[in-house]
Amino acid sequence: MTTVAALHDADALGETCLQLSGISKRFGNLHVLDDVALSVRHGERRGIIGPNGAGKTTLFNVIAGELAPTSGKVYLYGRDITRLPPHSRAKLGLARTFQTTTLLPGLTVVENLVLSLQALTPTRFQCFVPRTRYRGFREEALRLLGQVQLEHCADWLVRALGHGEQRQVEILMALAQRPKLLLLDEPTAGLSAADAVLVTDMLRAYRRDVAMVLIEHDLSVVFNVVERITVLHYGRVVAEETVESIHDNPVVQEIYLGGTL
Amino acid sequence: MSRPWRNAIVIGILLVLAIAVPRLGLPAFYVSLLTQTWIYGILAMSLDLLVGFTGLVSFMQAAFFGIGAYVVAIGATRYHFVDFWPTLLAAILIAGLVAAAFGALALRSEDEGFIIITLALNEIIWGLAYQWVSMSGGDNGITGFLRVNVGPFHTTDNSGFYYLSLAALIVCLTLLVLMVRSPFGLVLVGARERPRRMAALGYNVWLFRYLALIIAGMFAAVAGVLFAYYNEFVGPGSLSLDTTVQVLIMVILGGTGTLIGPLLGAGILVFLSNALSDITQRWVLILGAVYVVTVMYAPDGIVGLVNRLMAKARSRRELSLAAGAAVGGAFHSGEGPK
Ligand SMILES: Nc1ncnc2c1ncn2[C@@H]1O[C@H](COP(=O)(O)OP(=O)(O)OP(=O)(O)O)[C@@H](O)[C@H]1O
Ligand SMILES: [Mg+2]
Repeated sequence: MTTVAALHDADALGETCLQLSGISKRFGNLHVLDDVALSVRHGERRGIIGPNGAGKTTLFNVIAGELAPTSGKVYLYGRDITRLPPHSRAKLGLARTFQTTTLLPGLTVVENLVLSLQALTPTRFQCFVPRTRYRGFREEALRLLGQVQLEHCADWLVRALGHGEQRQVEILMALAQRPKLLLLDEPTAGLSAADAVLVTDMLRAYRRDVAMVLIEHDLSVVFNVVERITVLHYGRVVAEETVESIHDNPVVQEIYLGGTL
Repeated sequence: MSRPWRNAIVIGILLVLAIAVPRLGLPAFYVSLLTQTWIYGILAMSLDLLVGFTGLVSFMQAAFFGIGAYVVAIGATRYHFVDFWPTLLAAILIAGLVAAAFGALALRSEDEGFIIITLALNEIIWGLAYQWVSMSGGDNGITGFLRVNVGPFHTTDNSGFYYLSLAALIVCLTLLVLMVRSPFGLVLVGARERPRRMAALGYNVWLFRYLALIIAGMFAAVAGVLFAYYNEFVGPGSLSLDTTVQVLIMVILGGTGTLIGPLLGAGILVFLSNALSDITQRWVLILGAVYVVTVMYAPDGIVGLVNRLMAKARSRRELSLAAGAAVGGAFHSGEGPK
């Protein structure tokens, strides 16, 4: 118990990793996000749940810089990143996976991972040395693939992989960025039960100094990986609870009608 | 025989053949067609870096080719700037600067917008060459400058110039192959495939496209310099839309994203245009037909067609060997972009 309490104290004192204040996003007349505030501590694991169309993915796009919010601010470790383009945010330690798998399908699995590993190194501008000289990147990529037992696909084209394997590669790519904050948009969607467990275990066991925000419909995954859950409904934050207390939240019970929860 | 060895032998044989050509007693005519092939080959490969590897369908590559050519002509006739190496360097630098300016403008838009803007920018350079008569000689172009000897190459005789172009081709091809196989080259391909993913990884996709445009412009200028010396004449045709379209067809015909394909495409168009020189009025028509046939029967170009046929033959062989157990044969990806 003491260790848990200590952990909790450390968390409470810890720096804020991600902070959103007053985030709104409109598409024409459609209010997709409405005055969203969110604060994720250093190393925290946060779940975001909510019905289809609640605005979860849109929120990720705002955090990652693909969409500019109509109003509001995004802070990463206290720094205002609201106006930074996606690649600058990645340089500051933000990584993400997409709801629909977004890889480089015409390149091999290793090439995909190497692109992730070299992204923030000066190597990316090296134009007269063959890639084969950079053995370290390849070895690191193979090590990552080993974690999900995919070494045997290392030199396959990504498009030759199955859907589940592609999703795993995408998560590996995000981890290979060595992010401080990782946004995962339904990471286990479409995975077999066994692969979902593999991914869930990998995320749970991952370095504790990496904060993760996880959008998930599969609540067993959410409960396994995160400590706190934010509920989004019609673009508003309607609840924020710990995993233990979320069942008791009346708003959440109403939205989910006692169904999956 | 392992693949690298086979490739090395094929390259060796081709090199020996290319070097032997002027000594085989062929009509001078063929030597000059091959010289043109090497020059257009450099231009086509430079465009392939954009179209095939970076995914930028640029219609302004002729502008940089023309800039290279006009630097030679204007330098020699107006500024007594006649040494080869300084001229080449100036051409590369000026083309690079113009590419930097044009690239910044063109990369404000994507896809169709990019095509239209590059087209317009190419027309601006063409218009300049056509109308700034006091500088460019307008429609008449510029004559009155001569080939200069470069190191061991006695360019005044045609075989000397042939070797100069061949050497330039080999240098450019080597540099471009290194580039597409480098970490930088992988980024270009990534930016072509999924710019969103690349940005999420931390790559400034805009910057890499911009650098590719500048580099490609510089290679095109090298081809332009050779072209000016070869003809001892430069006219606005060299940087017209016609040239742009022809080079684009060379790239597509040979196979985008292969470098060697566009060189092949350059050869085919150079030989075709000469064989059919009696009916040059119909040249555009023939180009169009070549394009349609390519798109219909070999959408990934001649190199793509050959690769596909070879893969088919290989898988048939493996099938008969392994009696249907050839799993994974389809995944032989080799290396480099597809
Ligand atoms: N670019 C866009 N233009 C217009 N409307 C959009 C755009 N992106 C999202 N929307 C709308 O915003 C709403 C929220 O979409 P979003 O993808 O954020 O929901 P979500 O919570 O991720 O849903 P799901 O669980 O189905 O993934 C939807 O009604 C969607 O149609
Ligand atoms: Mg979504």
